[in-house]
Amino acid sequence: MFVIKCPYCGERDQTEFACHGEAHIARPDNPAEVSDEEWGEYLFFRNNPKGIHFERWTHDHGCRRWFNVMRDTVSDKIIRTYKMGDQKPGVQDV
Amino acid sequence: MKYSFYNLVRNSFSYHENWEKAWSSPELKPEYDVIIVGGGGHGLGTAYYLAKEFGVKNIAVLEKGWIGGGNTGRNTTIIRSNYLWDESAALYNHAVNLWEGLSSELNFNVMFSQRGLFHLAHSVHDMQEITRRGYSNYLNGIDAEILNQEQVAKKIPHMNMHGRYPVLGALLQRRAGTARHDAVAWGYARAAENLGVDIIQNCEVKGIDISNGKVVGLQTTKGSVKVDKVGLVPAGHSSVLADMAGFTLPINSVPLQALVSEPIKPILDCVIMSNSVHVYVSQSDKGELVVGAGSDAYNSYSQRGSFDMIEHMMAPLVELFPIFSRLKMLRSWGGIVDVTPDRSPIIGKTPVKDLFINCGWGTGGFKATPGSAHVFAETVAKGEPNDIAAPFSLDRHYSGALVDEAAAAAVAH
Repeated sequence: MFVIKCPYCGERDQTEFACHGEAHIARPDNPAEVSDEEWGEYLFFRNNPKGIHFERWTHDHGCRRWFNVMRDTVSDKIIRTYKMGDQKPGVQDV
Repeated sequence: MKYSFYNLVRNSFSYHENWEKAWSSPELKPEYDVIIVGGGGHGLGTAYYLAKEFGVKNIAVLEKGWIGGGNTGRNTTIIRSNYLWDESAALYNHAVNLWEGLSSELNFNVMFSQRGLFHLAHSVHDMQEITRRGYSNYLNGIDAEILNQEQVAKKIPHMNMHGRYPVLGALLQRRAGTARHDAVAWGYARAAENLGVDIIQNCEVKGIDISNGKVVGLQTTKGSVKVDKVGLVPAGHSSVLADMAGFTLPINSVPLQALVSEPIKPILDCVIMSNSVHVYVSQSDKGELVVGAGSDAYNSYSQRGSFDMIEHMMAPLVELFPIFSRLKMLRSWGGIVDVTPDRSPIIGKTPVKDLFINCGWGTGGFKATPGSAHVFAETVAKGEPNDIAAPFSLDRHYSGALVDEAAAAAVAH
């Protein structure tokens, strides 16, 4: 089990949070014009790396706000958490 | 050597010390016609059916660990086919049909026990769901019985029918049940090797060689190998393998855990599962209760689930069966499962020519083992999926023709 540092509330138990999958996926600007392949990629295809993963979490049983988490999927270790809209950290920031 | 009563008696004179090995450990040859990556039940079964029914001679199965050491040997062994949608019903019922003859087909006792599975309904909505699914099963030729509260209480006398999760009824599939999971891997491995398949253990694939859009070879921890066709049959590493071949998959890898209790005398002669309160339980032949529930909701390759998920499993179990509340749980373990957006597998072609994939079985691949292996063998042999496999292509994520079992079938899939 993790302890997750909410950017707004500080460190809390994982059971207060919910994970919502990969972060930094941009919705195509022109949905009517993209091909079925591009739309399918946007909707369903995910990086799912064995290693560093960027993902969205919510503090459901706390401030109820969304934020991003940079986590290693092999060790489950959380490297950092940051607010929605903040720049995606690079691997060199670890 | 055939396993038979005669050979059992004969070997007893030598104190059972002269049985042949069930499969050997051959060296990796420089070239194969077909290589199956992944030596779980699905992969070994694919190799077996390729050799037996599709006449492929030169086959290898590469397994990065050991046979029976992956998810095939880690699951809760539930087998059923009472799925809602026609596509899933066809696939999983094909598997149940093969399960019924599997022990004699493989000459290996997989201990398939059709003890019946009760899918519980706890609310009016649940009753409507199982009724809808039961009728859908009838139409697809799958046995299903919709039971009311009294009928369930009579069948499972020690279940708490009026607790926090009242039981209003159940959907019963009598042909459903359990099997000995690692015997399935061992049986397919032995039968495949008897047909000339090379089973290479401790051999991890590190790279996939592609030339002009066609797969031509593999880089492994035991050296490089040339190959004409490759079938990827991973459990929890589909995205890692796909990445080697230069494409992505609509898959997230998440931990799923199970646990077993101390062994007790026979008390539960069927499989119980509940979609609404997230628990499933059966009793193994050794007497242990085998308990499972849902997966964790975050991506991980760590092979351990979170502690709070164990509580989520145990709370409804002791509520439904107060008699189990003083049992000690002996072991818990996690495996990594590859989950697709619609909770249905991906079987078929990939963007790379002659590279086929059979993955994304999520939390319920074991039940499909023979069916999955059989349809995938045909896909690899002919280069095109058959009617059962076709709806499960990777392309459905572009066309939108998802086989959405996530909401329709049970949590345990």
